[in-house]
Amino acid sequence: MDAMKKPFGLPFFTLTAAAVLSLHAGLAHAQAGETVKIAWIDPLSGPFASLGANQLKSFQFMAERVSGKKNPAGVTFEVVGFDNKASPQESLNVLKAAIDQGFRYVTQGNGSGAAAAIIDAVAKHNERNPGKEIVFLNHSAVDPDLTNSKCNYWHFRFDADTSMKMEAMTTYIKDQPSIKKVYLINQNYAHGQQVSKFAKETLARKRPDVQIVGDDLTPLGQVKDFSPYVAKIKQSGADTVITGNWSQDLTLLIKAAKDAGLDVNFYTYYAAVIGTPTAIGAAGEGKVKMIAYSHHNIPGDIAVVGEEFNKKFKEDFFTTDIYNIFTMLPAAMAKAKSTDPVKVAAAMEGLTVKGFNGDITMRASDHQMQQGLYLSTWRKVDAKNKYNVEGTGYTFVPDKFYEPYVSSTPTSCQMKRPGA
Amino acid sequence: MEFFTTSLLNGISYGLLLFMLSSGLTLIFSMMGVLNFAHASFYMLGAYFAYTTTLFVGFWPSLLVAPLLTGAVGALFERWCLRRVHRFGHVAELLITFGLSFVILELVQLTWGRSAVDYRVPAALDGPLFTLYGTQFPIYRAFMMGIALLMLVSVWLLLSRTRIGLVIQGALTHPEMVEALGHNVPRVFMGVFGGGAALAGLAGVIGGNAYVTEPTMAGAVGPIIFVVVVVGGMGSLAGAFVASLLIGLVQTFAVALDQSALGALQSAGVAVTPETFGYPLLKLKISQVAPILPYLLLVLMLIFRPKGLMGTREG
Repeated sequence: MDAMKKPFGLPFFTLTAAAVLSLHAGLAHAQAGETVKIAWIDPLSGPFASLGANQLKSFQFMAERVSGKKNPAGVTFEVVGFDNKASPQESLNVLKAAIDQGFRYVTQGNGSGAAAAIIDAVAKHNERNPGKEIVFLNHSAVDPDLTNSKCNYWHFRFDADTSMKMEAMTTYIKDQPSIKKVYLINQNYAHGQQVSKFAKETLARKRPDVQIVGDDLTPLGQVKDFSPYVAKIKQSGADTVITGNWSQDLTLLIKAAKDAGLDVNFYTYYAAVIGTPTAIGAAGEGKVKMIAYSHHNIPGDIAVVGEEFNKKFKEDFFTTDIYNIFTMLPAAMAKAKSTDPVKVAAAMEGLTVKGFNGDITMRASDHQMQQGLYLSTWRKVDAKNKYNVEGTGYTFVPDKFYEPYVSSTPTSCQMKRPGA
Repeated sequence: MEFFTTSLLNGISYGLLLFMLSSGLTLIFSMMGVLNFAHASFYMLGAYFAYTTTLFVGFWPSLLVAPLLTGAVGALFERWCLRRVHRFGHVAELLITFGLSFVILELVQLTWGRSAVDYRVPAALDGPLFTLYGTQFPIYRAFMMGIALLMLVSVWLLLSRTRIGLVIQGALTHPEMVEALGHNVPRVFMGVFGGGAALAGLAGVIGGNAYVTEPTMAGAVGPIIFVVVVVGGMGSLAGAFVASLLIGLVQTFAVALDQSALGALQSAGVAVTPETFGYPLLKLKISQVAPILPYLLLVLMLIFRPKGLMGTREG
């Protein structure tokens, strides 16, 4: 376009030739052949080490898969892991180290506390170091505040936040007339409290006839024996349990429910996280439902990735929005014709690409990915849904796919753009 | 009534599990004066050993093999590590068991990986034993309760009614005299430590598949078994038994109570709004704090009755 502004600068012939050349050789842009280094800041030690290790492998696997000519920008991706020990404070230390080592892209996801700390630190860094800006790609931290009151231009969220998942989940519940009494049980910290809050709000809006018969908050990771809670759920006459619990707080709850013969359905957020499927096993058959941007039996390229990953690491590829990150990021770089974070961030705003779960758009107003969500149920593997999750003989079978508009929630973000 | 009965059963069975976890700890403490920080790690080791041996020999032989293996690890640790630091006093002993807990954790992660393993309840014990008011009581829970009681009775019989028990008790208070009578006192201590570890291992075999066998399992039960031992009285087996049941019942019933200080104030006619000072604390329900009640009990016990419910030993 710049050439067009200089009406007599170039002979017509050269201009056309250049245009034709650049059309045909899409890889011939300035950024092609460059290496983009991404600093991965998540736990590699402590209770969440296995989750972190799996996600780092997922990132590196996808980086290798799309590098070079296999992405529209023709860049090579390299992902380096930094252990933040799941702590916000430690995240800032390793973020500093990563910045000193010249990383311009960082990614994190386990824990919204750490995410908020990184958003804040990245914003300050970018303000004070023009020309050395950092872009933060958030793969899993789902606190809605991060794209509302705490929203920031340099932060891009690829997961669906708590409120979006609740929108989709309650849309499903709306069409289940058998659901009459809902019990909420969540971990007593930011995430669990938000699940409880949004469940109450959206159910009151979509199914005012549904009774909330219980609303329990339990200390994070402290409960060894969930049978008293199961007795309470039974006592309340609930037919459905909504829980944002993860790890042992989820598996022990489901095991205790199965032992007591409690006949309710569990609507969960995190039933597919590493180790959880193994622990749920037969106890959750047909009873555990999950709302997520993914399930294990999505056909297409993502299925190939899942199989290759499983063959290589003997683990499941479940943080599948990493696939979408490595679809959108190169697309944005190709659009920006650069790997400069400032230009790539601008290019990502409002960009739509084809993700594994349909068309996905990075909403410009708050940098929250707008994407389709699946509601799936834990069932035995069959001919149609044959991905054997963690070798349990069970898998997540999709019940319903919701287009992006269903789960889209409004934002209160007043984004401050650089230079504005 | 229905809820009360179910909760009572739940409380007792949870209490018995706690006892199973802490009996080995209290045994080692009463006989050797060593507060074993690695006790929960032996519990975890028992679960992992059971997971592996179950793959080869099935669940029932594992019930014997896994605790024996865990006991052997404990005995070797006593022989080659603990005995050497013994002369430096209790603090050194405490620290070395503290270190051991980290070593075991890392070894477990290196051997079996960082995520959960698929260790299942055997088919014969899977399913409900009876149904009470529509709530099933699982066979496995009853099995756990039975094993815990068996442990209580057999340890008590061993210590108070057998010659070995006499020698062990004698070696505790009068080691020179027992040695003069021709008994190998260090070996007795090795046996006690190995036995305590084996009890933890047995708890692991049973707890591992009832709950989840993963590297965080030791950290999850570690604090609560110390509460049991301190509340029950350092080194008292009967005290640990009573404390386990007490904690199991308190915790189970507290879950059912949805009252809060906020509710109490409001019914007393005091206007409380979200702006009131301390509102987040006031609105906490008893059920929300249920899992931390044992720790509150621990603090209160140490303030008002430092030797515990049935403690005999001086701290």
